[in-house]
Amino acid sequence: MHELSVAQNIISIIQEYINEDQKSTVKTIRVKIGKLANILTDSLIFGFEVLTKDTYLEGANLEIEHLPVRIRCEACGEETTIENFLFLCSVCHSSKVKVLSGYELMVSEIELTD
Amino acid sequence: MGIELGVLKIERKILEKNDEIAHSIRGLFKEHNIFTLNLVSSPGSGKTSIVEKTIKECKEKFRIAVIEGDIQTDLDARRIDASGIPVVQIITHGACHLEANLIRDSIKNINMKEVDLIIIENVGNLVCPSGYDLGEDHKVVIVSTTEGDDKPLKYPAMFRNSSVLIINKIDLLPHLHSSIEELEKNALAINPSLTIFKTSCVSGDGINEWCNWLLSKMKKQ
Repeated sequence: MHELSVAQNIISIIQEYINEDQKSTVKTIRVKIGKLANILTDSLIFGFEVLTKDTYLEGANLEIEHLPVRIRCEACGEETTIENFLFLCSVCHSSKVKVLSGYELMVSEIELTD
Repeated sequence: MGIELGVLKIERKILEKNDEIAHSIRGLFKEHNIFTLNLVSSPGSGKTSIVEKTIKECKEKFRIAVIEGDIQTDLDARRIDASGIPVVQIITHGACHLEANLIRDSIKNINMKEVDLIIIENVGNLVCPSGYDLGEDHKVVIVSTTEGDDKPLKYPAMFRNSSVLIINKIDLLPHLHSSIEELEKNALAINPSLTIFKTSCVSGDGINEWCNWLLSKMKKQ
C-alpha cells in the first residue's frame, strides 16, 4: 500500500503551487501513471480522499492517465507497445531493448476554478 | 510562478523528493568508497539468511554494515547483531517499503569511514520497493524455489529494475514441482541483463559464487 505515500507526495507538490489562502480552488489534478509504476488506481484515489478530507483540497478530482510500456529495439530500431511485460522486439525478437515509457509517475496538470 | 485561473501545466515527478535524497546519498556513498546493495524479495525468501551467510563469508575481506527494514520487530537486526557487525534497524510501523529519507537518517548511525559495504534489507514485498531508489549500487531481488517459477512474470517491475537475481533454497528443489530452469527463463524474459546466482543457506551452495561476484564488483569500484 505505497499508494498512500504516493498520494501524500502528490498533495505536497500541489501545495507548492496552490495554498488554502488562494481564492481559486483545485478542481482536477491530472496524474500520469506508467504500467511499470506498480500503482493501484483505486488505492491511490482512496488514499488521496482520506488525506485531503477536511482540507482545502477535499473534493478535488484525481484524474489518472495510464501510460503503456513502450520499448525501442536497439538492434532494428522498431518501437513497440508491450502488453505482457516481455521485453522483446515485436519484429526481430531481440531482447536488447530500451524502455521508452512505462515508469512514469507524475503530476502533469492542475486545473483550477474560481 | 504566477497563478492564473485555468490549467497549470507542471509535469512534476511524484517521487522526485525520494529521487533527490537517493541521489545525495549515492554521492555520499561514493565519497566514502562504500558499495551498497538493496535486497528485495517477498517475505520469507531468505533475505536475512543471505545477509548472514554473506557476513560470515566476507567479513574478513571487507567491512560490512547492515540496515534492516521491517514492518515490526527487531528480530532480524538481532540476528545480524549476533554476527558482530554494525546494524541499524528501521521499523516502518506498517509501511510496506523503505524510502530514501529513512536511509539518510539511519546512516547517521553508521561510521562511514569504517565501512566498505552497506547491505540494506528492504521490507519483504515484491511490489512497493521497486519504485524507490535508495541510493544503492545494485538492487538484488531474491526468490526462493518454493515461491514458484512464475514469480518474475507476476512482478515484472521488480525483476526489470533489479540487476541481480538470487534464487534461494535450491536444496528444496527435489521436493518441489517448480522448475529452476523455468524460473530463470521467466526472469531473463523480463530482464535479460540479470546476473543470476543459485544458493542454499542450508547447504551453503552458491554462496561462494555470490560472494566472489560481490568482491569483484567492490574491487572495481
